[in-house]
Amino acid sequence: MLGKLSWSDIPFDVPILVGTFAGAAIAGLAVLGLITYYGKWGYLWKEWLTSVDHKRLGVMYIVLALVALFRGFADAIMMRSQLALAYAGNPGYLPPHHYDQIFSAHGTIMIFFMAMAFMTGLMNVIVPLQIGARDVAFPFLNSLSFWMTTVSFVLINVSLFIGEFSQCGWLAYPPLSESQFSPGVGVDYYIWAVQLSGVGTLLTGVNFFTTIVKMRAPGMTYMKMPVFTWTIFCTTVLIMVAFPILTVALGLLGLDRYLGMHFFTNDGGGNQMLYLSVIWAWGHPEVYILILPAFGAFSEITQTFSRKPLFGYNTMVYATCSIMVLSLVVWVHHFFTMGAGPNVNAFFGIMTMIIAIPTGVKIFNWLFTMYKGRVEFHATMYWVIGFMITFTIGGMTGVMLAIPAADFVLHNSLFVIAHFHNVIIGGVYFGYVAAMNFWFPKAFGFKLNEAWGKRAFWFWFIGFYFAFMPLYVLGFMGMTRRMNHYDNPDWYPWLLVAEFGAVLIACGIVCQLTQLYVSIRDRNLAENRDLTGDPWNARTLEWSTSSPPPFYNFAVVPTVHDLDAFAHDKEAGIDTRAAGADYQPIHMPKNTSAGFFVGAFSLVLGFAAIWYIWWLAAIGLIGVIATVIARSSNNDVDYYVPVSEVARIENEHTRNLMAAQAAE
Amino acid sequence: MADAHTAHSGESHGSVGSYLTGFVIAVLLTAAAFGLVMAHSFSPAGTIAAIAVLAVVQVVVHLVFFLHMNGSSAQRWNVMAFAFTVMSVAILIGGTLFIMHDTAINMMSR
Repeated sequence: MLGKLSWSDIPFDVPILVGTFAGAAIAGLAVLGLITYYGKWGYLWKEWLTSVDHKRLGVMYIVLALVALFRGFADAIMMRSQLALAYAGNPGYLPPHHYDQIFSAHGTIMIFFMAMAFMTGLMNVIVPLQIGARDVAFPFLNSLSFWMTTVSFVLINVSLFIGEFSQCGWLAYPPLSESQFSPGVGVDYYIWAVQLSGVGTLLTGVNFFTTIVKMRAPGMTYMKMPVFTWTIFCTTVLIMVAFPILTVALGLLGLDRYLGMHFFTNDGGGNQMLYLSVIWAWGHPEVYILILPAFGAFSEITQTFSRKPLFGYNTMVYATCSIMVLSLVVWVHHFFTMGAGPNVNAFFGIMTMIIAIPTGVKIFNWLFTMYKGRVEFHATMYWVIGFMITFTIGGMTGVMLAIPAADFVLHNSLFVIAHFHNVIIGGVYFGYVAAMNFWFPKAFGFKLNEAWGKRAFWFWFIGFYFAFMPLYVLGFMGMTRRMNHYDNPDWYPWLLVAEFGAVLIACGIVCQLTQLYVSIRDRNLAENRDLTGDPWNARTLEWSTSSPPPFYNFAVVPTVHDLDAFAHDKEAGIDTRAAGADYQPIHMPKNTSAGFFVGAFSLVLGFAAIWYIWWLAAIGLIGVIATVIARSSNNDVDYYVPVSEVARIENEHTRNLMAAQAAE
Repeated sequence: MADAHTAHSGESHGSVGSYLTGFVIAVLLTAAAFGLVMAHSFSPAGTIAAIAVLAVVQVVVHLVFFLHMNGSSAQRWNVMAFAFTVMSVAILIGGTLFIMHDTAINMMSR
């Protein structure tokens, strides 16, 4: 009746997990209780959970990303603490069985649910505003994508308390991940969580590609598109190319595990090396899917806070497109040691070095944008400059790893760990945090506290160097990744330094939380409110509407005359908003709960399939199909906002603008 | 722009007949691939080649009947998207064959 599930699968005997469960349960009940106490369920359901508004979905994505960050970071600091203890006969506090689950969960969560969700959230909040659109091309799919991502994250966290998680690393290499060596449910949790979130990501890719191609404001030709939109455009192309590969790779692994097939097994004609090739054919574009939007955010922030247009817009666009194509031809550098001959390794090694060229072009573009600009050292700019320094170091160690001969020494060592944290924290994470600081007033109408932002930056920046520079050294000293304990006395001091770095990063995260708390507390102070909609004197269209924007974004769809449309209009004295114009009724999509229910049934399907509870899986699958059919048969999906309503909202913003101008 | 959500520009969206035709051809091609393998009518190499050909035909059928690719919809985006897809597929399949073949030779596993 319950498949593989029994009481013995609940880890009552692991005090860490029981404690975590108690903490999560208390916190969860507290949140639910508060919502009930303040009677906010209806508001939450009508205005947020069923919303198809890209700005609200974006905010929910970023909230999800921050929750995932806490989970992923908790895993990280547990690993660092284990390695600071488990030396010279001391087994530490995490047995290998548990430790292996932690590093697998850390990687999976940080990539799929922290970075991907954060990136998707940013593109949701910004892209339609930046291109002068009123929503995305497929608003319902957008809601569906969000729920698929969310339920996958729920599923991965359920594995903490029911059963176990994968112990095979974040990419679940076979043959270890085959049922012969991993008979438990851990790998199945991994497969289902990643597959369900992959549906969401792929739909997001299709959605935003269509939005950018079809829904740009009149006059916005491709070479007048803001750089952030360009980077999202290339990211969506990469999503559409790469994510189906991931789906196929994990699908085949799933067939091996569920139906006893032999794609990647040791015996029966399987070839586990094919899995490496296929999974990294997704995995390498994936890192560019994450970093390109960060590059876009850096471009927007640098030009805004340097008070001049971006240096080399054209080269920035060409560099982004070159990276997009080149990212498809470098994947072997993740497995140079697999056994391919010099022809293969040389080709992919050289391609990997070539990809450093367009990336270097971008670094110089940002530097030249700052050069002779009037650089304002806003907290946001701290993250940008910290990124340029850190990412350049990470890029150079990447080129070192691109040399196949060097890779044979460094493969699977902590040097690799140091390298990719160097580019992912120093590039992706710094970029997303900078973007969050930069666009926060657009989404909420008040600025984030700068002092706490700077404190968070310094803790993260210094903490990063303390946590990861020792790992470069340890890599050269021969320490391999995913090690549970060791007895080499030379490694011990370096691992203590790394642990100290992780504590500094923890302080950075606390500062970020404090920044959010302080900013929300002081949101009504005059210096924090953003009445104009353009708090930074920025250059692109999203700043021409109010903060937060009305749900329809633009009362009158703006006409674009030049690159950096809003900057052009401000200089030429054009009112981009066309305030007081002859408003027309605005066509908008209605909110829908279908995405929520498809997600909920998918969660049931995934959980049931993991535990081989087939009757429940059938209910989940039928539920998904029935919801989709019901949604497709519903023609009542849109409505028109009446002119009077548009005029009321617009006039209110005009009054705010005039009050703000009078105050100056 | 107000009705950008509902407006369709130009391209055909197919009919019940074209979808059914595509579906039948797709099923036949799938059945043929299974049949070839189950009947052992060719040598292993011949079987692999035959199902590869059937797979490519299957892709074309999907493109024509389900994604409405045809000569008349010579829209820039369709052509560009298709060219980029062909390039990506060529890189991925060609690259994988290159890697796996070279590995097999180098490791003398074949």
